[in-house]
Amino acid sequence: MSELTLFLVRAAYLAILWIFVLSAISVIRSDMFGARVPEAARTGGPAAPKQKKSKSKKPAKPRRGQPTHVAVTSGANEGITVPLEQAPILIGRGTDAAIRLDDDYASTRHARIAASGDQWYVEDLGSTNGTYIGSVRITQPTTLVLGTQVRIGKTVLELRK
Amino acid sequence: MSSSQPGALMGFVHRRRRGAELFLLVLALTVGIGAYAAVGLGVEGVVPADILGYGGGLAALIIGAHVVVRFVAPYADPVLLPVVAALNGLGLAVIRRLDLADGTTFAQQQLTWMTVGVVLFAVTLLVLRDHRVLSRFTYTAGLGAILLLLGPLVPGLGYEVNGAQIWVRLGPFGLQPGEVAKVLLVVAFSGYLVVHRDALALAGRRLLFVDLPRGRDLGPILAMWAVSLGILVFQRDLGSSLLFFGLFLVMLYVATERPGWLVVGSALFFGGAAVAYKLFGHVQNRVNIWLDPLAYFDESPGSGQLVEGLFGMAWGGLIGRGLGQGSPERVPYAESDFIIGAIGEELGLTGVLAVILLYGLIVERALRSAVVSRDAFGKLMATGLAGVLALQVFVVIGGVTRLIPLTGLTTPFLSYGGSSLVANWVIIALLLRISDQARRPVPDLSATDESPDEEATQVVKIPR
Repeated sequence: MSELTLFLVRAAYLAILWIFVLSAISVIRSDMFGARVPEAARTGGPAAPKQKKSKSKKPAKPRRGQPTHVAVTSGANEGITVPLEQAPILIGRGTDAAIRLDDDYASTRHARIAASGDQWYVEDLGSTNGTYIGSVRITQPTTLVLGTQVRIGKTVLELRK
Repeated sequence: MSSSQPGALMGFVHRRRRGAELFLLVLALTVGIGAYAAVGLGVEGVVPADILGYGGGLAALIIGAHVVVRFVAPYADPVLLPVVAALNGLGLAVIRRLDLADGTTFAQQQLTWMTVGVVLFAVTLLVLRDHRVLSRFTYTAGLGAILLLLGPLVPGLGYEVNGAQIWVRLGPFGLQPGEVAKVLLVVAFSGYLVVHRDALALAGRRLLFVDLPRGRDLGPILAMWAVSLGILVFQRDLGSSLLFFGLFLVMLYVATERPGWLVVGSALFFGGAAVAYKLFGHVQNRVNIWLDPLAYFDESPGSGQLVEGLFGMAWGGLIGRGLGQGSPERVPYAESDFIIGAIGEELGLTGVLAVILLYGLIVERALRSAVVSRDAFGKLMATGLAGVLALQVFVVIGGVTRLIPLTGLTTPFLSYGGSSLVANWVIIALLLRISDQARRPVPDLSATDESPDEEATQVVKIPR
């Protein structure tokens, strides 16, 4: 085995190693430069076909007005409204919450309002005292329609047009 | 249509990218089998005769793992498995190279352990369809971890190797239960912290920089951690103690979002290290060697290993001696703790950087899964598993390169060591499961609205 062959083997192997590393990085480059959301998703969402389907299936659904904001309807922070464009909306006592409650019974990160397709839902984030719709403590993401009363501690929120 | 704009990003669906994974896996196999061929060329001057059998076996294992992922975790991260396959393949080849120099058969055993690891990887993915099931076993996992750690202290069962009593004999095999315990501890910590993090972060008194939580909130987890750490210190396993301490801090910090924990933790660490330095001879020895390795070269618990490793890496230089052309067998335990030294000698800085970058990728993908994950338990568990791997790599490579005092730990996936390899494959299976759950598209809630019963298998159910 000549020196030259051995050198070539060594160089080739290092090249293979780095080709692998760089390919792995190129597969995840979207992490560094942001994922490309398809044009369709930006204007209508991948939910668009689904929306059409659900519309044709259920024309009676309250489609007249989509909710546009969340409002606090009772409690210490009564009157606060937050537009739904900021979704997902974090509700809680913490500083990073979009709706910051001064409610002793609310947790730092209490609940979250987010959208899936054209449905809005509220999700409890493992709060201490729970999130209620009516008298039921929710355990999993629950759909919200206009006017559904969501109770967090002494605060009540709802979706509004 | 524009009315649904806020929903557009929520509806963003990750691509599955199984094809990309397959492509990377083929490259990873080239890395592994290429290293094997290069070792044969370098040591014996010919491509090893069993290259086809070896390559076929390795490919069958890896492709098998890929097929399992394709079927049971279709949305899992595409980079983790190839990176692990490449590291494992490279490790096998380097161990084989050391076998050829020393006349040992570690590579054979390592291949067997890798098979066990891949099988357990598949079993984990097949059995565990939803990682949140694990949160039910918070205390069971904690107890299991402590029992496993106690195993080596049981007379007749445990035995001592090189001053660290961390081994258990099961029939013909020697196992390090600590490797399994670290996975269980991550499960236990994340299960506990998910439930109690609000109480930990908010309730309690403020002292200096930190909100000290109430004893009843911190108590159970503190006890769990103190017991495991105590056992490790008692067994004189410095590396694992460091690993568990760091893991605990990272998870507490991530769960409570209180940077004060890092301040307190570092203070405790340096305090503890100072006490350990005063009390234990072997700690003093390690620190002295770290500060001035050449002075202890000829002494009996001396620095021969570290210094030979450093010489090797220096001789390797930028592009190394070439596989089979150096003499990494001069370093004792080159196939386990000092494998990165062997790579540094034969593949040079270029190779070591690639390896470290691969570890970086694993940690990045794990943290990425944590970021994308929709449930808090998955987030914490992925962070914890990433922390375990990152800390382990830091402690061992930092030790070998004399950045920090040397403490014995295995280099994940590279080093010879059955328990470690198997446990790390299971860690990867857990990470793939979490990332599969995280990247899977959100179930369509409007559809479940109409017929909740049909959607009973979905991730999210709507209670009526």
